[in-house]
Amino acid sequence: MGIEEKLPSGVLLTSVELFAGWARKSSLWPATFGLACCAIEMMATGAGRYDLARFGMEVFRASPRQADLMIVAGRVSQKMAPVLRQIYDQMPDPKWVISMGACASSGGMFNNYAIVQGVDHVVPVDIYLPGCPPRPEMLLDAILKLHDEIQHTKLGVHRERELDELEAAALKAIPTSSMKGLLA
Amino acid sequence: MNASVPILFLLALSLGFALFSIVAGSLSGPRRYNRVKLDSYECGIEPTPQPVGGGRFPVKYFLIAMLFILFDIEIVFLYPWAVAFDQLGLLGLVEMVLFIVTLAIAYVYVWRRGGLEWD
Repeated sequence: MGIEEKLPSGVLLTSVELFAGWARKSSLWPATFGLACCAIEMMATGAGRYDLARFGMEVFRASPRQADLMIVAGRVSQKMAPVLRQIYDQMPDPKWVISMGACASSGGMFNNYAIVQGVDHVVPVDIYLPGCPPRPEMLLDAILKLHDEIQHTKLGVHRERELDELEAAALKAIPTSSMKGLLA
Repeated sequence: MNASVPILFLLALSLGFALFSIVAGSLSGPRRYNRVKLDSYECGIEPTPQPVGGGRFPVKYFLIAMLFILFDIEIVFLYPWAVAFDQLGLLGLVEMVLFIVTLAIAYVYVWRRGGLEWD
């Protein structure tokens, strides 16, 4: 039903946003998508020293049907890209994606025809995490930033207004090509 | 206070929590349709095509299963008679023989019509 989409703006919608945001971020279950070396750092993050269990995320679901978060950890080859997209599609909404490491964010050191140059060519990404591989503390930082973003997502009418504001700001913004930085 | 009251309370609490989770999830979740969400999971590849209706199987399996059910229930009715045989006397014997003869007619019918042939 998506009842939160239909609530009128006001204190009720704000409280629903707060509660839904807290509920969604508190037990975000990751889907295992460890492809290469970044997967080892992801495993280390889930292990004892840099614990993910304190955020309720120690269960890495093998089935995408039970997961909310896809951490793409590692380089995605051209052969793997449709598999990645299928797994992403099979996750139920709401879902988020962290692209972990340089290879997932932009192809990394593999600037060739075999590796997808950035997993955002395949799935929409929420958090890009650079590093080769990123340390577990960096992955934890990315996850916590994602938690903040989830906590503050607006629903329904508020979301539409936010999107309108963002679009208006983007239309007025200076294009990156004409930004001269310190030269201006 | 009865010792099982806390257990029943816990049962009611857990049932209530499960129901609340399911109802709240179905009311407040987004509904975005995607064809593959309804497909079987096969590690990210398209699922192997299965025959329509789950595939046919030969009817002889069904026939053997039905015959087994019927004659097994007959056997179940024979067990109490076997246990209390001496107390049931002549009346019991006559009744059971009639029962067995009725089923034996059915058995002979199945046998002569070829229902016991496997191939």
